Amino acid sequence: MNATIKFRIDGTQVVTKAGLTIMKAADNAGIYIPRLCDEKGLEPQGSCRICIVKIGGQIVASCTQPAEDGLEVENDTPEIRNYRRDLVKMLYHEGNHLCPICEASGRCELQAVSYYLGIFQPTKYPYLQPDRPVDASHRDILLNTNRCIRCGRCIRASKTLDGKNLFGYIGRGIHKQVGVNGENLANTDAKVGDAAMALETCPVGCIIQKRQGFFAPIGKRRFDLKPLGTNSVKQQKGGSEQ
Amino acid sequence: MEEKKRRLFVKQSCEKFKNSRFRLLDILWEIQNGLGGIEGPVMEQVGKLIGVSRVHVEGLVTFYAFFSDRILGKIIIRLCDDIVDQFFGLDKIIEVFSEELGIKPGQTSLDGRFSFELTPSIGMSDQAPAALINDVVFPKLTPGSVKKIIRQLKEGVPVFKVDDTCGDGNNASALIHSSVMNNIRHTGKVILSDSFLPEKGLERCLNLNPAEVIKEMKDSGLRGGGGAGFPSGLKWELARKAEAEKRHVICNADEGELGTFKDRVLLTERAPMMVEGMTIAAYAIGSSEGIIYLRAEYAYLRPWLENILEKRRDTNLLGKDILGKTGFHFDIRIQLGAGAYICGEESALICSCEGLRGEPRIRPPFPVEKGYMGQPTIVNNVETFCCAARIFEKGFDWFSNIGTDKSAGTKLLSVSGDCKKTGIYELAYGTAVADLLEMAEAHDTAIVQIGGASGEMIGRIDFNRKICFEDLATSGSVMVFNSQRNVLKIVDSFLKFFIDESCGYCTPCRVGNVFLRERIQKVMHGDANHSDLDYLRQLSNLIIKTSRCGLGNASPKPVLSSLEHFPIVYASHLHEPREGLQRQFNIQKALEESRRIAKRRSMIYDPVYYDTN
Repeated sequence: MNATIKFRIDGTQVVTKAGLTIMKAADNAGIYIPRLCDEKGLEPQGSCRICIVKIGGQIVASCTQPAEDGLEVENDTPEIRNYRRDLVKMLYHEGNHLCPICEASGRCELQAVSYYLGIFQPTKYPYLQPDRPVDASHRDILLNTNRCIRCGRCIRASKTLDGKNLFGYIGRGIHKQVGVNGENLANTDAKVGDAAMALETCPVGCIIQKRQGFFAPIGKRRFDLKPLGTNSVKQQKGGSEQ
Repeated sequence: MEEKKRRLFVKQSCEKFKNSRFRLLDILWEIQNGLGGIEGPVMEQVGKLIGVSRVHVEGLVTFYAFFSDRILGKIIIRLCDDIVDQFFGLDKIIEVFSEELGIKPGQTSLDGRFSFELTPSIGMSDQAPAALINDVVFPKLTPGSVKKIIRQLKEGVPVFKVDDTCGDGNNASALIHSSVMNNIRHTGKVILSDSFLPEKGLERCLNLNPAEVIKEMKDSGLRGGGGAGFPSGLKWELARKAEAEKRHVICNADEGELGTFKDRVLLTERAPMMVEGMTIAAYAIGSSEGIIYLRAEYAYLRPWLENILEKRRDTNLLGKDILGKTGFHFDIRIQLGAGAYICGEESALICSCEGLRGEPRIRPPFPVEKGYMGQPTIVNNVETFCCAARIFEKGFDWFSNIGTDKSAGTKLLSVSGDCKKTGIYELAYGTAVADLLEMAEAHDTAIVQIGGASGEMIGRIDFNRKICFEDLATSGSVMVFNSQRNVLKIVDSFLKFFIDESCGYCTPCRVGNVFLRERIQKVMHGDANHSDLDYLRQLSNLIIKTSRCGLGNASPKPVLSSLEHFPIVYASHLHEPREGLQRQFNIQKALEESRRIAKRRSMIYDPVYYDTN
């Protein structure tokens, strides 16, 4: 598996060792592909579909698709950008995302990806407005699944990094959600120090550490300082909506 | 049940399957049947016993429709609510059930005796409306028969004794004993013909080497009968070539496509042929273990199938050194599903066999490389295995001469809806829709849905099109609708099905289908304008292109297909908005919640109310 392969992303040549996913190879080459369900250190699962790219006319998730020699990958094209925007909008409309009053505002990846893709206003889709009860049972952690985007990062972090299995998917279809390993969070051995509870693990404001909201002023929040996609070699723009 | 007894029962249920987490589906079936439901403490206990987390168990219980996290009644009535049932008087049947039982769909009676639920696609569209009561099928329901059934159940008559009539063929055998009818209307050359000589094909195979078997399979031109049409011989070859210690043969008997019921008839009448085909496949790819994944709706066929497997073990058609072939060992177990359409998808089906939620896997790797338990696996349809047995009996060239160039052989079509002769038609590929309609004595047909909800919806102008992979590919479902039927109602019903059956894994399928249905209903209510049709097309395209598996790739098909073939129906529902007004906006509806919270009515929008109070 030590062989090197060459392929192109939007015409830019990428040289990488074999056996990586397209996303990994792009990351190593400094090319940004937007994502939500994928995070460094966790197994990719290809569920949010934001990281889709086109190869040979076929649309695939770049976080799970192996990079192969000679591939022509379309990443930052109008078609793909439009799909990504619509998928991000779907996530907004599926849950309750009220940025101005959300503790995660400014460090929320859903919000940051939206800005990257040029989404700044309400969209064409209907709001589903879920009304699931908030789990505030735990002393230090609050769970508001109405903001959950089903990325499953907490599930994987708890399993692989903490070895705890605190979370898991329950239900199916539009009722699929993240469930807790017990009657409620207080009945589990969840701790603030868990990787699953880290501020960076939940990309939205679903897992919240109590007494930890609004700690950075506007202008100094995580993505105010460094918007998504800014450390890529080629300064990319997700573009703005027509 | 008191707690101590319950805990013991759960413990025994897990032990029955060696406390193996890979058999979680079977364990949960045991508990569901024994306790009537799987509640939190039981999930916790099961998890501890088999070494998984409680939320993992909850994940399965809440994924599969036949499991419940609350205790259901002793008698569970699952009434099929497909579009065909709807068109054949479902509303009235629901009403009678509700009246007789005193509960609505989704409820359990206070005395804990009855639960009443609606369920999709129980595989009885040719004898709709139909219901499952526990495992027993009650076809052709009428208000009168429902009253009689409930009266008997209330008197304490056991469910299997309520309806003492028997269907035709093996339905009347002691092990099935069901009032389901086969409704075989046309027997073709390959599968339903009487000329089949059992075990001839298997015997011939065992005299060939596996590579020769695969070559003949490829040369026969057989393509998968589940609808996707992947060349079966190629699938076998890929599995054989993949390096591994063990390989697996799985028979997909989970037909869940709306309007299909061919596998029901095959399992009833051609199960030995199917098992013979599986055995041939096992020999070809080098497998010693097989699974029949049987959908929960067909649980009534399980004793029958178990008996067939047992008989084959007794006659050395399964087991060690089959038919004297040294070193060829193969046996089969039955895995009962638990109510999930998505498990018809091969990688989801494999997950389900491993005791997981039935969610499609990331590909690559494909099941032929890494399938069941991480080993190379072929998953083929019931019909495909039947064809395989026949191909080796009669020769690949005999088979490839039937049908068309790219679609060899025959296809079993499940015909339901507005025609006199609903049932099974085995016809050579290439038969025109119009010919089928004539055979089925369908008059005044306006709409034909080919291939179930994920198939094509065609109108009169296309009735000369042919059923084959080159033209109208199909899993075998053919739903016939006359000119009185509402296209949009059909589309809406299909979308509801996809929303309920989406596994929810990826964003476009989980959310997109909900949005599609919202907009179709807007059209139905006469609140849509032209821009809504563009929205429907765009959204459909997004779901098809970006979804992760076949379900999402197909779920917008009813919308696109009806837009293409029945544009006038849509046009007649559209209304252009008055300047500056949103037609779907209803001020009274929008005010409802505010009124409730404020506990008073609006002076501006309810002037009449103020006048009279």
